[in-house]
Amino acid sequence: MSDQVQKRGEGRSEYGVSLLLLALGIVAIVDALGLIERGARGFMTARTVPMFVGGLLILCAVLLAVDIARGGRGEQEEGEDVDLSGGADWRTVALLAAAFAFNAAFIDRLGWPITGAVMFFGSAYALGNRHYVRLAVISVALSLVTWYGFFLGLGVKLPAGLLDGIL
Amino acid sequence: MDGLNALLDGMSAALTPMNLLYAFFGVLLGTAIGVLPGIGPAMAIALLLPLTYTLPVEQAIIMFAGLYYGGMYGGSTTSILLNTPGESASVMTAIEGNKMAKAGRGAAALSTAAIGSFVAGTIATFCLALLAPQVVKVAIQLGDPDYLAVMLFAFVAVTTVLGSSKIRGFASLGLGVWIGLIGIDPTSGQQRLTFGIDQLSDGIDVVVVAVAVFAMGEALWIAAHLRRAPARITPIKGRWMTREDLSRSWKPWLRGTVIGFPFGAIPAGGAEIPTFLSYISERKLSKKPEEFGHGAIEGVAGPEATNNASAAGSLVPLLTLGIPTTATAAVMILAFQTYGIQPGPRLFQDQGPLVWTLIASLLIGNAMLLLLNLPMAGLWAKLLLIPRPYLYAGILMFASLGAYAANGSPFDLWLLLFIGGLGFAMRRFGLPVVPLIVGLILAPRAEVFMRRALQISDGHLSGLVNTTFSKVVYVLIALLIVAPFIWSRVRGRRTPPEGPVGPSSPTTGADDARVHANTEGA
Repeated sequence: MSDQVQKRGEGRSEYGVSLLLLALGIVAIVDALGLIERGARGFMTARTVPMFVGGLLILCAVLLAVDIARGGRGEQEEGEDVDLSGGADWRTVALLAAAFAFNAAFIDRLGWPITGAVMFFGSAYALGNRHYVRLAVISVALSLVTWYGFFLGLGVKLPAGLLDGIL
Repeated sequence: MDGLNALLDGMSAALTPMNLLYAFFGVLLGTAIGVLPGIGPAMAIALLLPLTYTLPVEQAIIMFAGLYYGGMYGGSTTSILLNTPGESASVMTAIEGNKMAKAGRGAAALSTAAIGSFVAGTIATFCLALLAPQVVKVAIQLGDPDYLAVMLFAFVAVTTVLGSSKIRGFASLGLGVWIGLIGIDPTSGQQRLTFGIDQLSDGIDVVVVAVAVFAMGEALWIAAHLRRAPARITPIKGRWMTREDLSRSWKPWLRGTVIGFPFGAIPAGGAEIPTFLSYISERKLSKKPEEFGHGAIEGVAGPEATNNASAAGSLVPLLTLGIPTTATAAVMILAFQTYGIQPGPRLFQDQGPLVWTLIASLLIGNAMLLLLNLPMAGLWAKLLLIPRPYLYAGILMFASLGAYAANGSPFDLWLLLFIGGLGFAMRRFGLPVVPLIVGLILAPRAEVFMRRALQISDGHLSGLVNTTFSKVVYVLIALLIVAPFIWSRVRGRRTPPEGPVGPSSPTTGADDARVHANTEGA
């Protein structure tokens, strides 16, 4: 942790967290104001808790901004496979998110055996796997195994999509 | 002694071939997952939650218990052989353990870690069996204001104890509580923060959030910073355990148990502080303090025992009060809840046999782990060679399966991606994830307790503090918040400001010291 000295001027993105907290706090309060009171007694009304949470988030946002302005920086998480010496590899993250979004968008239409395989293939490709044939075989096998595993083992029928009736 | 008798009954229930099989499966999987980089026991249980749809409750809980203990055994193997600890709890083990491995004494480091975990885990599980019924006796008499106070204590403890920045801890807690607001207000029946989206009116499934922050967020974060160079695994060399190793290890094991269990048992979360305390006390008590920093066996034996003892200790608040204080405990609560079981004082009455089977299977799993780990450490280490693209693509795949299977709706997959992005940002900006999940699980229940307490007092705020118990807890909360400030003030006056401290805001005394221990050890 101590060898990870933060560069000055890098802190601007940290304010984003503060802004997010502020926005969520405001949303909570605005939403709470739309609630209707019904026979509330004393201190506790339908609005109390969300207002309180909203206030707390705004307070957090302010305190965090103060902390950042005074040079406080969040400590990036380390891990066995994490190398923090370089910057973030946004291309990989974007490809992963795209592979995941493809699955979310088409799972009901195309079915898990297809979208799951595409997601696995896409993710492993994004992470640097270039053994296309082997990867394709593993992807298809995994998605079929999990489909049957969930169906036979857990009684959960994942969407079969285009392959409905074949599986 | 009712605890021990109940434990014996639990033992006979856990010893059926089927249950043993699930326990074995759990510890096997737990060890593998602990060894694998990037996956911790919390993520593993989160990804396995779909199993709860068909497995009988007893067997699922037995398996998760095995996973819980197994993850820690595997984690120590990784930190000794790789020197890049995955969890904060094994940071201390890595310091001396990896030095030992590099000096050709890897086998001794692995065995003192495994045997120490076994000794500490066994003693601490017996402590759990003895202590839990006593806590239940007190807890069963607690009223709504008392519970509210205990939950607030857990909030403050989890946020101030974990991580180095308190404000970031509270921010994370706030995010969790905010997500918990989504859905229908339990008393007035109105929709909160649903923005007119149908799928949100029941609230966001906690399982989806857990999978998102633990699995998605982690996978995305690692993907963005993937270490391209192959991991350097230190080969296991040397003799497993000599007479000298044993005589230097057994006291640290016992001391570690004594330090770890109470820290886990108070709802203050995390093995970070007790393992650190164990490390410095072993360094102080050692006859050969000069060996510390160069591979002292006491520095592996103590923290590893502490780690396991505190894991057993954290089951006390989990089972008796329903309060999770670690990531894994939080996910365990979700497993209970999917069966409609709410951990808490009544758990021991309503589900007595289940609880005691769980505790008994922890003992059994612990013994299995010793047999599984000692002779096979080399084999487990091979798991570290798994190609990373497959590993993380697989995590994404199982994350989406878990989230989709919960409700069978693609909407949850989009939520998973969205909240996974939040998890990514939290890792980038140093927000700990445990407060978020604890806030999400406990806040809705805290709200119910608060409303009930206020209904009884007819809306007067005094209804929240009208018991001695709640007053004591609020004083403790105040102390928890104020003490570190006073502590650092006092330290600041006594010693001139020392070297570069961590980049974050007010650090506690322990955090300061930890920075030093790390630099000295490295």
